[in-house]
Amino acid sequence: MESSILNKSNDRIIQIDSPILNIDELSVSYGGDKYSIDKVSAGIQKNKITAIMGPSGCGKSTLLRAINRMHELYPDTHHKGSVTLDGENIYKLNAIQLRRKIGMVFQRPNPFPTMSIYDNVIAAYILNGIKLKRSEKDEIVERSLREVGLWDETKDALHKRGTFLSGGQQQRLCIARALAYKPEIILLDEPTSALDPIATSKIEDLLVKLKEDYTIILVTHNMSQAARISDYSMFMYLGELVEYGRTKKMFTTPKDNRTEAYLTGKFG
Amino acid sequence: MMAVGIVVTLVMGSLPAFKEFGLGFIFSSEWNPTEGRESYGALPFIIGTIVTSILALLMTFPFAFSIALFLGEYFKEGRMASILKSMIDLLAGIPSVVYGLWGFYTIKPLVVEMGLSAQGFGIFTSSFVLAIMIIPYASSLSAEVISMVPSSLKEAAYSLGATRYEVVKNVIIPNAGSGISAGFILAFGRAIGETMAVTMLIGNSNEIPTHLFDIGNTMASLIANQFGEAEGLKYTSLVAMGLLLFVITGILNLLGKMIMNKLRS
Amino acid sequence: MNISNSVSIPTLKWRILKDKLFTLVMVTLAFISALPLISILYQLIKKGYKQVSLSFFTEVAPDTMEAMMAKVNNEIIPGGIANGIVGTLVIVGVASLIAIPLGLICGIYLSETPKGKVAGIVRFVVDLLQGIPSIVLGLIAYIWIVKPVTSGFSALAGSVALSIMMLPSIIRSTEETLKMLPSTLKEAALSLGVPYHKTIIKVLLPTGMSGISTGIILGISRIAGETAPLMLTALGSSVINLDITQPSSAIPLLVWEFYNDPNLINLIWGASLILLLIILVLNLSAKAIAKKWKVQY
Repeated sequence: MESSILNKSNDRIIQIDSPILNIDELSVSYGGDKYSIDKVSAGIQKNKITAIMGPSGCGKSTLLRAINRMHELYPDTHHKGSVTLDGENIYKLNAIQLRRKIGMVFQRPNPFPTMSIYDNVIAAYILNGIKLKRSEKDEIVERSLREVGLWDETKDALHKRGTFLSGGQQQRLCIARALAYKPEIILLDEPTSALDPIATSKIEDLLVKLKEDYTIILVTHNMSQAARISDYSMFMYLGELVEYGRTKKMFTTPKDNRTEAYLTGKFG
Repeated sequence: MMAVGIVVTLVMGSLPAFKEFGLGFIFSSEWNPTEGRESYGALPFIIGTIVTSILALLMTFPFAFSIALFLGEYFKEGRMASILKSMIDLLAGIPSVVYGLWGFYTIKPLVVEMGLSAQGFGIFTSSFVLAIMIIPYASSLSAEVISMVPSSLKEAAYSLGATRYEVVKNVIIPNAGSGISAGFILAFGRAIGETMAVTMLIGNSNEIPTHLFDIGNTMASLIANQFGEAEGLKYTSLVAMGLLLFVITGILNLLGKMIMNKLRS
Repeated sequence: MNISNSVSIPTLKWRILKDKLFTLVMVTLAFISALPLISILYQLIKKGYKQVSLSFFTEVAPDTMEAMMAKVNNEIIPGGIANGIVGTLVIVGVASLIAIPLGLICGIYLSETPKGKVAGIVRFVVDLLQGIPSIVLGLIAYIWIVKPVTSGFSALAGSVALSIMMLPSIIRSTEETLKMLPSTLKEAALSLGVPYHKTIIKVLLPTGMSGISTGIILGISRIAGETAPLMLTALGSSVINLDITQPSSAIPLLVWEFYNDPNLINLIWGASLILLLIILVLNLSAKAIAKKWKVQY
């Protein structure tokens, strides 16, 4: 097997100066000796969109979830290596503190069905027991909904449950929910795979706008999406980070055979 | 197909039987307390039934709810879970008379010892034992509903930085709420119809109980006790009481089932 | 994050503490619920095992005179619960004979007819039956069988009451089990030219046997311990009785009789122990059968 041990001077992995998030030889297992991701090292650039691509089972969701330690919801998981956020080792922090700095959006929109739109947006505060003044809550709700372009559509129905919203709108609500407590990083796990093309493009435009204020990491099954909106792209295969670089460069001149094979559709 | 017809006539058949005896008899005095022998009113027994069942429900709540959370959320698999599950199944299998015996020989003396009542019989004792009897019913349905809360909702809550308790409080309970209520409604129905254990512990008086440790009676245990040699008016009034029980438990049961069916679809 | 100072932010430590506390309380309460079980078992075993001997199974219950004599003479009370055991076997047996075919047919019908008005009504009735208190069923059996038939109380009446109790459990588990079978099974049999009713009897039922028998056995174990309905129907008897048109004893009835008789009261423990053992064995065999007969499809 050709050398795929990643070290920092490997030219298939781009070096980021002062990354906001630094992943260092991270390996994660869901149990036993089988590692779903193996010795992944990468630095994430602040205020840019980084896409993680790869065929099914390559470990991209595992990598994403390792960043906010969501994989720990399952027993028997363990990891090797480290991840630092702003220089702090995320495993030294309490998972709950960590998740306040990182927001997550899931594949299928999942607004809380028993809460109104209003409450959904400030769910982070409600769940954490933080009591805010009414004016502060109003401000946060309006700000977040404006950020995702949902304010005009919902401002008269804030206290209704979100179930009447379309799929795309619900997903934007989930993004608003993730933004409401101003995290530094937003993780998105195939956020548009359950949406129609129009809703998808609206969300893609939204992400491009959001990168001014947030760092965005996006797992996608759809390489054209990665090509459209991401600044940097990672290609993962069988748990290994095969290549990582500026999107435009990687798509036109991939450095690794496997990357090229994937990009040209030889396997999906 | 015949079987279907039989089942249907079964139920239809009981109603006229009750009606014939019940309505033919003075229904309006149902709501007056009993006096002497010739005038029968169901009020003390209705009260006794409702009071003991509500008390039982209240007492069972923290325990059944804990079990439901334990099995539905915290420990869905694993040894602890199967041990607990088996124990609860066993609790459900113990016959009513045995609960009555246990209540008589274990709980009653405790109550007397604690100075709460002279003889130990009464509303409290029977409610207590009743509470234990309905734990399996209240907890199993609730556990099922709790475990059905979609994990995507729980994940969303965790990703917002919530502790497990916060997820339970803000996500699981609101989403499982109606199912949990259904479980308790069904348990309530079960408590209302329970006969033997209550008969052995409630003291069998015909008066309306006045305080928690007073003795009283329930509809079911009255029927059990008095049916042996009942005739005439007494007989019809006991049957009428049976009708009442049928109607009450029927409504409760259907209510609970309706909620469950809505959730399962 | 800009939040004004006048707002209360629970500290992380406090929230984690609340979380751990809640978990602790919940687990504790859950396991405390098992205490009564242990207490009951302990009591029964402690007080009952002395009485159980071979003669306990083979002799009929003593009457109150015999018992009083024995007590006065400081002897062990003679007798056993044979009439109860036989009675239970007979009554439960007959009840099963009534309920199992009826229940199976209903269950099959319901699983074949997911929608439809008639099916809806049947389901409604089954739900209704499931919640009826056992004593009310005893009342119904009395009205239908004991009263019209002048010989009065009988084991048959008891069986009828108990069979109604068993029905919902059998119907439900049959329906659920059959619904879970893949339709390809039915289609394969039909495509081989097997007539419909044979398909059901020879293919579907055997494949679903594990789920169905679990429902049946659990139904049996539920009625084995019932007392109230029998009080109004089978009444009890001091002899071993195989004639179902006559009153009959049953173990739970005996327990109740012993309880009410100061001379016989010590026998309650042995009798209850046997009863509990029977129920336990039934429950365990239900689980074992479910596992053993589970067919992979």
